[in-house]
Amino acid sequence: MKHDLIPRVVSKLLIPFILLFGLYVQFHGDYGPGGGFQAGVIFAAAFILYALVFGLESARRMLPPSFVSVLIAVGLMIFSGVGFLSLAVDANYLDYNVLGHDPVHGQHRGIFWVELGVGITVSAVMVTIFYMFAGRGRN
Amino acid sequence: MVTALAIVRLRNLFAVVMLSGIYSLLMAVIFTILDAVDVAFTEAAVGAGISTVLMLGTLALTTEKETTPAHTPLLPLVVVVVTGAILVYATFEMPLFGDPSAPIHHHVAPRYITQSGQEIGVPNIVTSVLASYRGYDTLGEVAVIFTAGIGVLLVLSGRTLSKKGAASAVAETEAASDEGHHET
Repeated sequence: MKHDLIPRVVSKLLIPFILLFGLYVQFHGDYGPGGGFQAGVIFAAAFILYALVFGLESARRMLPPSFVSVLIAVGLMIFSGVGFLSLAVDANYLDYNVLGHDPVHGQHRGIFWVELGVGITVSAVMVTIFYMFAGRGRN
Repeated sequence: MVTALAIVRLRNLFAVVMLSGIYSLLMAVIFTILDAVDVAFTEAAVGAGISTVLMLGTLALTTEKETTPAHTPLLPLVVVVVTGAILVYATFEMPLFGDPSAPIHHHVAPRYITQSGQEIGVPNIVTSVLASYRGYDTLGEVAVIFTAGIGVLLVLSGRTLSKKGAASAVAETEAASDEGHHET
């Protein structure tokens, strides 16, 4: 699809908005529909669209597979790290009440970081699976 | 329903992939009508978006036509119909849809609805249940996704068996068999 003008122009226009929408779903998940999982998928979809239109090689240059595979682990580590953080301040694992100066604030903070971890892992896994499938026939 | 039947009947896999995307989108619409916006969101993004792309990627590697099966589909059809009939029979015992006296509305759901505003302070109850009340479940789900990603990475990347590693493995087995010969 590298030489088709219309998909190139349209996707160039769309990708920033898809990424922005992904971020909105990620950080506004507490107040509206959405959350880490959906945001991760939308974020990954933007990169997959880029790879489909501009070629796998340029996508790999922009987002190296080694970096993405590190991100898979980083997301899970953020999630479990929140759990260990609440363990460190004498509370149960994944008990967010102690993470802020009052329980509600702590819950907000805990949910924010947990959802961030979910989002990072999900988007990294999706992009990795796509890289693996798309790059299969070439080498 | 029509889409699902068409998916079963068609032999052109490209059309099947497109139809399953449409099917997911229709399911997302149904979820939205049922006020399950978060589920609809996931269905639209994963079912209609990502999995369609992955299926197309797989099609590019394999063929676009499904081969006609050699055997008749009679036995699978009987199995499916019987299982479906049993499942439908089981639903007769379930509470009616939207029945306020159903057990699911009396266990933990009232507490989530009434208390989560004070306890968590997050307007979206789905998020507070998912990330806080059921934090362990979500951690497990993320671990599952993590494992899936690692599995795909290991199986498809081919990074594990590099040429050098394969050569040394062959050399090792040869050496081992040589030793075996000497012993005998």
